[in-house]
Amino acid sequence: MSELGVLEETHLTFRLAPEMELEVRACACEMAKSIRMSTDKVEEVGMAVVEACINAIEHSRAADGQLHLGLAVLGSAEGEEPQVLRITIQDQGVGFDCSKLVPPRIEDNLKSIRKRGWGLKIIEGLMDEVNVLSGEGGTSVVMLKVL
Amino acid sequence: MTEGLKLKVERRDGLAVIYTDGYINNQGGEEIAEAAYGLLDEGFTTLLLNLAGTKIVNSIGISILIEIIEKMIEVEGRLSFCDLTPTIEKTFHIMGLAQYASIFPDEQAAVTGLQAGAS
Repeated sequence: MSELGVLEETHLTFRLAPEMELEVRACACEMAKSIRMSTDKVEEVGMAVVEACINAIEHSRAADGQLHLGLAVLGSAEGEEPQVLRITIQDQGVGFDCSKLVPPRIEDNLKSIRKRGWGLKIIEGLMDEVNVLSGEGGTSVVMLKVL
Repeated sequence: MTEGLKLKVERRDGLAVIYTDGYINNQGGEEIAEAAYGLLDEGFTTLLLNLAGTKIVNSIGISILIEIIEKMIEVEGRLSFCDLTPTIEKTFHIMGLAQYASIFPDEQAAVTGLQAGAS
């Protein structure tokens, strides 16, 4: 998908707070609908965005208390037909070590007191490509959904 | 802020149906758990969660549903789901929930399936 160009791009900033994930979801779904993504895919985008926001709310400890949303419509320069929606959820929090993440398994989860940790697995299952970059400057989750 | 999740419960012969209306987040999940555990205390060990009125869930809410599934396994009961949106159903499959809780397309199919399972 690297050969695709950016046809349209929007950046928005939100205050990290309970239920802000619904506002971010609404913006991402609106953009997905505007490029005629199918209803099921729009809903998948919405769920993935909710999970990315919840991870930021719970774990980022961002001193500025903000979450940045980037929405980009990608397509081939010739036809200018939208082909991919790229969603970036970014915080300037404390970051984490991605290599230490252990994917959850339901059989272990059922026996465990802690039943959490599903966010990234859900995002990866619903989106076509996911890249997580995290370090001292914060975390950036880049998600691609093909139309 | 959204309005909280609304719940309705129907008690039938050997089966209780919990209808949800709204967002299943941590608060919504806790409300479902409270209703489910109350029904267990009343003696209902077959519960059906009808999610027709729920379009959005999050993983915190689902983690509470996993707690209910765990409790149902403990008491040899059964929690099933019906009327899920395609995305919620896909999410349950991604998480592997379908191995421990039946998912039916609609309430009619659920009732028929649960009755067949009980006989």
